[in-house]
Amino acid sequence: MPSKKIIQKHPLAIRWFHWINFPVLAVMIWSGLLIYWANDVYRLGWGDRTVLKFFPDSFNKALNIPFRLAEGMSLHFVFMWLFAINGILYFFYLLFSKEYKFIFPNKRSFKEAWLVLLHDLRIKKGLPPQKKYNAAQRIAYTGVIFMGLGSLLTGLAIYKPVQLNWLCSLLGGYEWARAEHFILTLLFSLFFLVHLVQVILAGWNNFASMIRGFETRSISAEMKSSDANSTQPSGEKDITNAAT
Amino acid sequence: MKTLEEKILDNRSIRNKTILSFSFFILFLIACFAGWNWLQNQPNDQGALKPLRTVLNANEKIFSAILSNDHLAKTYPLSAAAVRVRKNGDAGLKGDFDPDAWKLQLIRKPGDTLFIGLEEIRSLPRTEIVFDFKCIEGWSQVTHWAGVKFTDFTKRYGLDEQTLKKYTGLHTPDDQYYVGIDNKSMLHPQTILCYEMNGKPLPLNQGAPLRLIIPVKYGVKHLKRIGTIYFSDHRPPDYWYERGYDYFGGL
Repeated sequence: MPSKKIIQKHPLAIRWFHWINFPVLAVMIWSGLLIYWANDVYRLGWGDRTVLKFFPDSFNKALNIPFRLAEGMSLHFVFMWLFAINGILYFFYLLFSKEYKFIFPNKRSFKEAWLVLLHDLRIKKGLPPQKKYNAAQRIAYTGVIFMGLGSLLTGLAIYKPVQLNWLCSLLGGYEWARAEHFILTLLFSLFFLVHLVQVILAGWNNFASMIRGFETRSISAEMKSSDANSTQPSGEKDITNAAT
Repeated sequence: MKTLEEKILDNRSIRNKTILSFSFFILFLIACFAGWNWLQNQPNDQGALKPLRTVLNANEKIFSAILSNDHLAKTYPLSAAAVRVRKNGDAGLKGDFDPDAWKLQLIRKPGDTLFIGLEEIRSLPRTEIVFDFKCIEGWSQVTHWAGVKFTDFTKRYGLDEQTLKKYTGLHTPDDQYYVGIDNKSMLHPQTILCYEMNGKPLPLNQGAPLRLIIPVKYGVKHLKRIGTIYFSDHRPPDYWYERGYDYFGGL
């Protein structure tokens, strides 16, 4: 019977955490927009010059954001529980399953991440050997875990600035904590866009692995590539073309 | 060293596993859309979708448990206080009003109402606070207030029994604006019945002659121009609560 090699890439639990987080984070960002509108003071610029206002009136109007503060708050302070619980369970799963070893950067990652970047920008060919994730992914995915923690803490600080006075002070005070919460949301949005592009570029096999858990490889191709890479130490088998 | 598990599998098994996984995935997506739709079509409870209101009420239980008299709003030196103090709402401040004829109506129990003039309130121990006033809209401003601590007020008028009830209700004289506040927050040491701002008598648009300053709450609870104070075991009506906001509004 014709067969293929399958490589188990994402455990079931991680797939669930990932896909639950997606709509929950979407609701958090959406309701955050409804809340932020009521005091939309942030902008990119210097002095009197504004390069980009957060957010332009046309953006607010197009998404029907104005005058929905109460609705935004009610959604935000309900879905925050799902975001927090899912994130915390995910983090502990990473630790106990030792999956973090695939994700957290190691000592080579920071140097290799440059090579990955040059490769992705089509400046240089060839990737350093990798396991589940390349160096740039390790840094990005670990970063996004810390961003989640950051959103949780800055959010708590502006939600209960008196009861959690210590946390609020630690983050630089109420106004800073609000700005940090906002910046983290922008970073999440940016991460999402890059992630989306990378997933599209990486192709079907990679995307499917986030749903069915495994990638497939034709056996003949695998034999050729293992001949070519015979110098690679065992257990360091890389997944090529898994750029996300 | 942790590695990825690999094995050889026949194409048919791969196909079946793929179909099964994707079926679950599509079901999950449908469930998300259906859940969102279901939520949006739920009845309203005081301006908020009912399931959300249920969780907001549960949040109140959780976060009023960490509410403590030992947790104080951060205070600032006098020099940090804003000269031009921001003000938002004017509900309850419209129409004719004669501050000189004003008396605070304190309902201790049905049939036992005290009418208290401003001079009498001014004769009680004076407390000042400079703190970061926080509006529910997201802005905040360091401002300077003075008045009588609510706990000094309750001592003077013998309200121990009343404050054992769960809530205090406050209304403007025209009953157009009203708030309900849990008594744990009312008895917080920074809660003040306030008659001065920046060392001068309160201006009319800041709630002269007497307003509430309660740093453990959002600004919407700092009712301007207090007409009536009363006590209840049930939630007193609350203007913004009826318009979809959280009842607790605690910081």
